[in-house]
Amino acid sequence: MIEIDSITKTYGTMNAVDAVSMRVETGSITAIVGTSGSGKTTLLRMINRLEEPTSGEVRINGTSTSSVKPHLLRRRIGYAIQGHGLFPHHTVARNIGAVPELLKWSRDKINERVDELLALFSMDPAEFRDRFPAELSGGQQQRVGVARALASRPDLLLMDEPFGALDPIIRTRAQKDLAHIQRKLGSTIMLVTHDMEEAISLGDHVAVMDGGKLVQYAPPAEIIARPATDFVANMVGDVERPLRLLSLISVSEIIEAGEADGEGLPETASLRDALSACLWSGRDALPATREGAVVGRVTLKAIRARAGAHL
Amino acid sequence: MIGIRTHISPPGLLFAILGLASLLVPFMTLAANRIVAGEGISVLRIAGPTITAPGVAAVTIGLAMGLIAKWTRLRLLGAVFGLAGLLWLLSRSAPILLSQAGEYARVSPAAGFWCLVVIFMLLMADALAALKPGPLMRGILLFAILVALVLVLRSGMLSDLSVLQEFSSRRDAFFSEFLRHLGLAFGSLAAAAVIGFPLGILCHHRVALRGATLPVLSFLQTIPSLAMFGLMIPILGWLGSTVPGAQAIGIAGIGFAPAFLALLLYSLLPVVGNTVAGLASTPPAALEAARGMGMTSSQRLLRVELPLGLPIILTGLRIVLVQNIGLAVIAGLIGGGGFGTFVFQGLNQTATDLILLGALPTVVLALTAAILMDILVELTRRTPEETV
Repeated sequence: MIEIDSITKTYGTMNAVDAVSMRVETGSITAIVGTSGSGKTTLLRMINRLEEPTSGEVRINGTSTSSVKPHLLRRRIGYAIQGHGLFPHHTVARNIGAVPELLKWSRDKINERVDELLALFSMDPAEFRDRFPAELSGGQQQRVGVARALASRPDLLLMDEPFGALDPIIRTRAQKDLAHIQRKLGSTIMLVTHDMEEAISLGDHVAVMDGGKLVQYAPPAEIIARPATDFVANMVGDVERPLRLLSLISVSEIIEAGEADGEGLPETASLRDALSACLWSGRDALPATREGAVVGRVTLKAIRARAGAHL
Repeated sequence: MIGIRTHISPPGLLFAILGLASLLVPFMTLAANRIVAGEGISVLRIAGPTITAPGVAAVTIGLAMGLIAKWTRLRLLGAVFGLAGLLWLLSRSAPILLSQAGEYARVSPAAGFWCLVVIFMLLMADALAALKPGPLMRGILLFAILVALVLVLRSGMLSDLSVLQEFSSRRDAFFSEFLRHLGLAFGSLAAAAVIGFPLGILCHHRVALRGATLPVLSFLQTIPSLAMFGLMIPILGWLGSTVPGAQAIGIAGIGFAPAFLALLLYSLLPVVGNTVAGLASTPPAALEAARGMGMTSSQRLLRVELPLGLPIILTGLRIVLVQNIGLAVIAGLIGGGGFGTFVFQGLNQTATDLILLGALPTVVLALTAAILMDILVELTRRTPEETV
């Protein structure tokens, strides 16, 4: 568990981060979202002490980060940044093995870990191990950057706009990969983004920053349904709120018994997908399927009821 | 016709025209003794037709072989063929010219010969550039050319030339000044590296120090070299006579020490400046990642900044080495030794060939150093984005 305890960073007379407190559960993804200048990056960088807090402290599993030398602290915390920051003169394998090398793992153990991570990120170790970063595509470079941050099995992974430099299609794929890998490894991730859509789709919790203050810290559904301030409502986007909310709920939640015509939808799909399919095909109900077999139906009426349930 | 014209190499055509014109310029100079100005002799009159005909033919054929753009190897061979023709003309005509003149007569190559040498070397460089030899191949070529040069000089086939007569009467002095010259150039380079690298690294980390250091070093660089060497005389003379024990370690107004110090001062700007520029060339994101993953500042320097900046840092050393080999000539003026000794003796005696005895080896040394350092710089650029 990560505990941030009224942490403040002052530059001159301005508080870049103003008495922020929050708790992050082990094994969850927390997305810190805000406009530029909101203090979100400063907050993240104070966790691994790339910035020293003016006051307040951060505890990781009960231990204060100020009790460890900064460079030793950082070796336990993964760090992935926008534009990947790979070392251009080192191979993919050496880049991924950078932190284990600092931690003086044995050569064999490092090689084994590098191959394991490359496979995890669907890159063939034999093909990619000895390449240089310049020989990879943008998406591959980004994956190697995240693999490098995960190499030493850190307690916590900090990501600063990790997908910022990717084009929209690769970006969506990278977000899905990250969510998949996080579920598989059970990593604790804190991620900074300016994109509310990304925060809502990735985060188990979303922290909204404005002017150095933490204005709301809640699960995504609550952020959408009950924004704490006008700023948060604005970030969520009033018009798209119902659709964003539906995108967080899966079909399985509102399956009812009964028949429906036409092509089915897997129960793991979101209600947003279900609504979209109803409108596009002009149907009032769709068959819901589990592993290909029809298990019930989802109706337009039920979707509407669920969307209004926040009131 | 258009087809043929597009196959002709434009530089090759230029070389051929200039080369043929150079054949009309005096090829050799014959002087009554080593001091008076000589009389130029055209290539057709330096010897009988049994010597001039094959020589001129080789030069002409060599120039013609350089014309076809696509046949790079043939162009290279043309350059070698032409140079061999020049060597033949030079070595065969010198004894004949001397035998017709007085006892103290001197014979040396003239403008026509030097122009042709330069033209064939340019042709060779042009052809080699098209072949794009790798670092290893360039090293082998350089070595082969130097070996050929030494073999020709040692064979005695050119020993009738005036510059080699100056050499044979100063054989021992030549080699000791050669070593002295190397000592000045490489010694000041080593000292500049020992001082400049740490200073450059400090400047990289401290902006204030950088702001103070680089302008001072730039100012030193602007002092004209003759003035710099001259300034060393009173400064080191005073040090030598006032600081106890300074004279015992060779610190005096004239000699090796002031020359060494002057070269060192000139070397600092390229070394420090390129070290700072090399370290600053690290991509900011890579540096941020290095810090974020827990590298200490010395680990960042050794694993990230230095390896990435090495080509730029070595380029600084290359500038210094080539510059110092040339500048070390001026050390001859203040008794510092080196090839400059011959240059300034020659200037005093108006003996052109003695000046050449100092100048030619300096040029060869500087070119060799430049090529070797280029190879080294290329070998340190290991990342594919820079070599592709």
